[in-house]
Amino acid sequence: MRVEGKGLIDRTKPVRFRFDGREYAGYKGDTLASALLANDVRLVGRSFKYHRPRGVLTAGSEEPNALVEVVGAKNQTPNVRATMQEVFEGLVTQSQNRMGSLRFDLLAVNDYLSPFLSAGFYYKTFMWPRAFWEKLYEPIIRRAAGLGSLSGAHDEGTYEKAFAFCDVLVIGSGPAGLMAALTAGRAGADVILAEESHAFGGRLLSEGGTIGGMPAADWAAQAVAELQAMPNVRLMLRTAVTGAYDHGTYGALERVGLHKPARPNLPRECFWRIVAPHAVLACGALERPIAFPDNDRPGIMMASAVRTYLNRYGVSPGKRVTLFTNTDAARATARDLIAAGVQVAAIIDPRPDAFSVEDCPVHAGAEVIGTRGRLGLSGVTVRKGAETFEIETDCLAMSGGWNPTIHLTCHMNGRPRWNEELAAFVPMEGAVPGLVAVGAANGTMSTYGALATGQAAALQMVSALGRKAEADLPEAEDAPYRLQAIWAVEGNGRAWLDFANDVTTKDVKLAAQEGYRSVEHMKRYTTQGMAPDQGKSSNVGALAVLADATGRGIPETGTTTFRPPYTPVSVAAMGAGGRAEGFAPQRFLTSDQASRDRHAPMIEAGLWYRPSYFPKPGEPTWREACDREVTMVRQSVGIADVSTLGKIDIQGKDAGRFLDFLYTNTFSNLGLGKVRYGLMLREDGLVLDDGTSARLGENHYLMTTTTAAAGLVMRHMDFVHQAFCADWDVRFISVTESWAQFAVAGPKARALVNSFLETPVDLPFMGVARVRIGGVDGRLFRISFSGEEGYELAVPTRYGEALFRDLLARAETLGGGPYGMEALNVLRIEKGFITHSEIHGRISAHDIGMEKMISAKKDCIGKTAATRPGLWGPDREQLVGLKAAAQISAGAHLFRPGTEIHRETDQGYVTSVCWSPTVGAWLGLGFLKDGRARLGEKIRLVDHLRGLDVICEVCHPVFHDPEGEKLRA
Amino acid sequence: MRYSGLKVITEGLFGNKGWTPAWRDPAPKAEYDVVIIGGGGHGLSTAYYLAKNHGITNVAVLEKGYLGGGNVGRNTTIVRANYFLPGNSEFYSHSMKLWEGMEADLNYNVMHSQRGLINLFHSDGQRDAFVRRGNAMINQGDDAILLDRDGVRELLPYLDYDNTRFPIYGGLLHPRGGSARHDAVAWGYARGADQRGVDLIQNCEVTGIDVEGGVVKGVQTTRGAIRAKKVAIIVAGRSSQVAAMAGMRLPIESHILQAFVSEGLKPVINHVISFGMGHFYISQSDKGGLVFGGDLDFYASYAARGNLPMVEHVMEAGMTLMPMIGRAKVLRSWGGIMDMSPDGSPVIDKTHIEGLLLDCGWNYGGFKAVPASGWCMAHLMATGNSHEYASKFRLDRFATGHLLDEEGTGSQHNLH
Amino acid sequence: MRLTCPLCGERDRREFYYYGAEDYLHRPAEGASLAEWDNYLHLRDNPAGMTKDLWYHEAGCSQWLLVTRNTVTHAIAGVELVAERKTEQKAGRAK
Repeated sequence: MRVEGKGLIDRTKPVRFRFDGREYAGYKGDTLASALLANDVRLVGRSFKYHRPRGVLTAGSEEPNALVEVVGAKNQTPNVRATMQEVFEGLVTQSQNRMGSLRFDLLAVNDYLSPFLSAGFYYKTFMWPRAFWEKLYEPIIRRAAGLGSLSGAHDEGTYEKAFAFCDVLVIGSGPAGLMAALTAGRAGADVILAEESHAFGGRLLSEGGTIGGMPAADWAAQAVAELQAMPNVRLMLRTAVTGAYDHGTYGALERVGLHKPARPNLPRECFWRIVAPHAVLACGALERPIAFPDNDRPGIMMASAVRTYLNRYGVSPGKRVTLFTNTDAARATARDLIAAGVQVAAIIDPRPDAFSVEDCPVHAGAEVIGTRGRLGLSGVTVRKGAETFEIETDCLAMSGGWNPTIHLTCHMNGRPRWNEELAAFVPMEGAVPGLVAVGAANGTMSTYGALATGQAAALQMVSALGRKAEADLPEAEDAPYRLQAIWAVEGNGRAWLDFANDVTTKDVKLAAQEGYRSVEHMKRYTTQGMAPDQGKSSNVGALAVLADATGRGIPETGTTTFRPPYTPVSVAAMGAGGRAEGFAPQRFLTSDQASRDRHAPMIEAGLWYRPSYFPKPGEPTWREACDREVTMVRQSVGIADVSTLGKIDIQGKDAGRFLDFLYTNTFSNLGLGKVRYGLMLREDGLVLDDGTSARLGENHYLMTTTTAAAGLVMRHMDFVHQAFCADWDVRFISVTESWAQFAVAGPKARALVNSFLETPVDLPFMGVARVRIGGVDGRLFRISFSGEEGYELAVPTRYGEALFRDLLARAETLGGGPYGMEALNVLRIEKGFITHSEIHGRISAHDIGMEKMISAKKDCIGKTAATRPGLWGPDREQLVGLKAAAQISAGAHLFRPGTEIHRETDQGYVTSVCWSPTVGAWLGLGFLKDGRARLGEKIRLVDHLRGLDVICEVCHPVFHDPEGEKLRA
Repeated sequence: MRYSGLKVITEGLFGNKGWTPAWRDPAPKAEYDVVIIGGGGHGLSTAYYLAKNHGITNVAVLEKGYLGGGNVGRNTTIVRANYFLPGNSEFYSHSMKLWEGMEADLNYNVMHSQRGLINLFHSDGQRDAFVRRGNAMINQGDDAILLDRDGVRELLPYLDYDNTRFPIYGGLLHPRGGSARHDAVAWGYARGADQRGVDLIQNCEVTGIDVEGGVVKGVQTTRGAIRAKKVAIIVAGRSSQVAAMAGMRLPIESHILQAFVSEGLKPVINHVISFGMGHFYISQSDKGGLVFGGDLDFYASYAARGNLPMVEHVMEAGMTLMPMIGRAKVLRSWGGIMDMSPDGSPVIDKTHIEGLLLDCGWNYGGFKAVPASGWCMAHLMATGNSHEYASKFRLDRFATGHLLDEEGTGSQHNLH
Repeated sequence: MRLTCPLCGERDRREFYYYGAEDYLHRPAEGASLAEWDNYLHLRDNPAGMTKDLWYHEAGCSQWLLVTRNTVTHAIAGVELVAERKTEQKAGRAK
């Protein structure tokens, strides 16, 4: 119910929202949880395993129970914490994990079966008969498990990612965080203050009290105003710091648009990477529940949450509230309620010496041992000494003390320390370099302590930054924190530790009984701490119960590890920018548009897009176009854009010597104006890449690499140079993007090329010349990847498109035209040229018959490792050609005809195939055991996947023009 | 104690008071026939098969932390037999057969679920490489089906087929591929080994290996010296450190692999899906969490935690492949320490020290290998000879060049 | 994760490519035995603690860096250019 005169909500701005089909009213500033409680809605969810009715437990992101689905136009968002979702006009939400309605959930039957569903029961059953696991048991389990639902539609929301840098990152804006930010900000440091909630102030917004003589919430507002006025301070609201990573990097999730109606271009979330040499962890502490029988009913809440709903939202979660706590601090909840006119039925304090100052019955030395109410709390049973009695109540506020929010300090493997006085874990100092925990996050529970430790940390950081700051602290409450640890109350029935995953004290004890005594075993066996709240409420309690069950102390029992993220982060936020084409850069050829103009399908080649083929009218499939393009090249002239090949410009007196070291063969003796094919090995002796290098000048070479290996080769060259011969006179740079390069291939290539050039050249095979093309300096290479007389013409990139269009026009007058990747592939297979389909990383020079290219006269990368015995000899598969009348396929395996087909009889495999319009047969390249000795043999090609079983002839891999007459024409 | 549905019911009726420990908690003896260093999946399965297949039960498994605390408890639980190089094929094929009988054998439900693994491909070249692989799988006696784009769409209608950087050309379906409950595998083998008399000793860190005259004599531990006739190092993630105690330098570099799990969701993904262009793989656990991962962080590390660049890369891959998971929230990320070898394949072999054996180098494929690794390692320890299915996992193969490089990326450890 | 490139300053890890341990700098001379090459290419100390390894500023200045780094904490103690390294050559190691 709403309480008049309380809360920081804006009562002038009512909002309507829906939950489970019903419309409710709230105010701006409400969360879904506060607004539902204001409407006396207590039942908001069902538990994971037993489908127990559940209500709101907390007022923060640690909420284990009140998880709902937010329904949008196309997508729904599951597992949204009602305690964090702000209401806005038109918000539509629904409950989740139920079969039927929330009130009558059919799966609530599980609760009655709970004796058989104890921890780990599924490891002991569902094993017989075997086939039933996948067919019967598992599908039932899967349907029952899970929480909320995804819609199954693509997430069409907008998400962002960003980087931010600062001197001091302050995490949390309670008293400690505000004081730290003020101190660092006043000293002129660059500060980011990140607050997870939708308002700055932290617990100051939930608790009364004064700071510097004014109400705490007012002091917070004044501090925020001062920070807002500082240009060196950036305030980030709705921003949860989710992870601590190496070298001062933090992940943070900002909820940018989740509290507003969706509109185009409004990001839902932004994932920040914040880099800060110093950070202040001021995110307070989390209150922990007490495990007593049936402690999970709607209406049973954390005491601090009840206080937050009252003071921050003007809501009392009950009309007659009972408090069950073991600390002095939590007693303030009762006092605030009474002051606000809410009836407090009683205070149950298990401490025998508990004081009694409130205007309500106080039962010292008492415990709650049972509760009533099917869909919401109606009463509790209390035991005091030998006597038990009932209290009628609709809200039980419980507090078992506080756990510092140490999570971020554990993200880099820091192990927290057990503090006996607090009965809680506190951060290990220095666990995250640069991060200092202050205030309640470090176990300092008073407001003054928070202010003081926040300021002290900031002063230290400011001084490390070489700045000066003044210590200046306002007055505030500084009461000692006093508690008597109470983890579990003995009694009949199940007492919940982990509300979200339905783990009770019995489960933890059973784990210990069965030998799962390590805290990690207990966690994994019972699933405690593995639910959406990651055990924020339950970890320490479960640990205490385990410690008790195994007869060890808590520090000895240890703790599980907190890992990022602190609060769950959507895949879309961390993956922002990855949707659709955004996943990887796109590289476009200068001829891209010209190719698209000709309706060429553009296909991905690494990051590049290359034309697959250039369709003509009357060609129903790619095959007809490809055949035509192949024949065109063989008979007249074809043009292809080969700019994707890596191009590396190498200069210096030692350039030739450097190439000799990189390549297996020699380049230092290459004549000026000549081009040579080269083979490059990795240092492990296997083939890295092949390509050509041209000598453009005495001390100037141009290397080409394959498209696939362009980046790899550049990196490799940088390494070889810097690691082994940094003192050599050689420099090189990638010029792949600087030159557009086109292959001109076919019997009419020379005629076409000469029609272009201002001065026709008569270039021998494997020659290179500088040429002038239309007033532009270019380069002409006589090289061929097709087996025809071939040239490659290179011009600066900005002239690429014009040249390509011109080349096509001229080619067409000669009966030629463009050819795409398909034809290029057929042409090279006909000629037996290899690509990375063949040199796939497991291939030695010997395998491809190039062992003679490893010069004996010099060292080169990979030379010695290539001599390893495993990389030689007839046991290895060697490159061969394959020829067949029927269709064959790449990926097929090779067998001797007449043998059985299995792994042991496998003779090799096929890497590339094509239909050759030139030869009039299916051709392939592949690797066959001792293949070079088997030319002419018949071999059986089997492709189970495509249903092919064909007898092929083993051939020399060069099918077309084996003597190379056309090349050299 | 034998587990069964009936037992669960009768125990449930009587307050679950009768369940006994899954394994004993023995103190280490002064001497064993065999000491296994490492109580992870591979160490436990080795102990189990030593006892079961070879009757060798005077065995201790020494674990510095808790059983199953290494990579068997921090992986993406994928089980597959889709290798294509001879040497790997037969090994993983055997492992798959052991998976298929594991529940009955161990009397422990490891929830092995053959929901089908689909490797997507995005170019003709990738398709041909997967066809080569699929044919090798069939030649080995395993299963593989080539799916075209429509075939993939039928099984995985929620992928983005229209608006994506790397269009889906098709996929290789491995119907017997799937997943399992990782912890249960460790616990099942532990329980099975314990029942056969193996001592599982937790919180017992090995600090030295005793070698005299080239023969292993035992180990030094934080719980005293233990003599042994044979000692096996099965400590993926820490192989280099433990081997160094015997003066060995291994062909291994340790790397982090991160993985992720989302909050629980009602069923949306039924298969195990692998997206090679993005180094992304995903499945949904029986509890409802999406379990997914990507590539290594790529720098040598023992931190068992990673950094954001790979986290974000994995999420971006997920968003381009299946943008329907955008609103699933990542609940937890973790990192395992991988023994990365120079060809991506493991070592199950003797060492130059008599009686000292080594099982390491599982890269990031060790989970599915747990049964066969134990089977073959136990065989090697019991008979002195390599098992026929693991005969190529030799320690000297890098020196000799008899490589098993499925990725074809060469001797750089982190590229496998 | 951040690395300080001697030329470019502090940069995010995603600008760098990782190769492996510094062993790759100690290339055996021509004629060295296969065992020495095995040692060079494959065998690693792989320490849990301080190590030196090789990073390439691929999205930056194209320099290879020799980084002194802790493999357990990821703390970085120093970065130098491979091309200008002054680091002592590693002493002989166990075979």
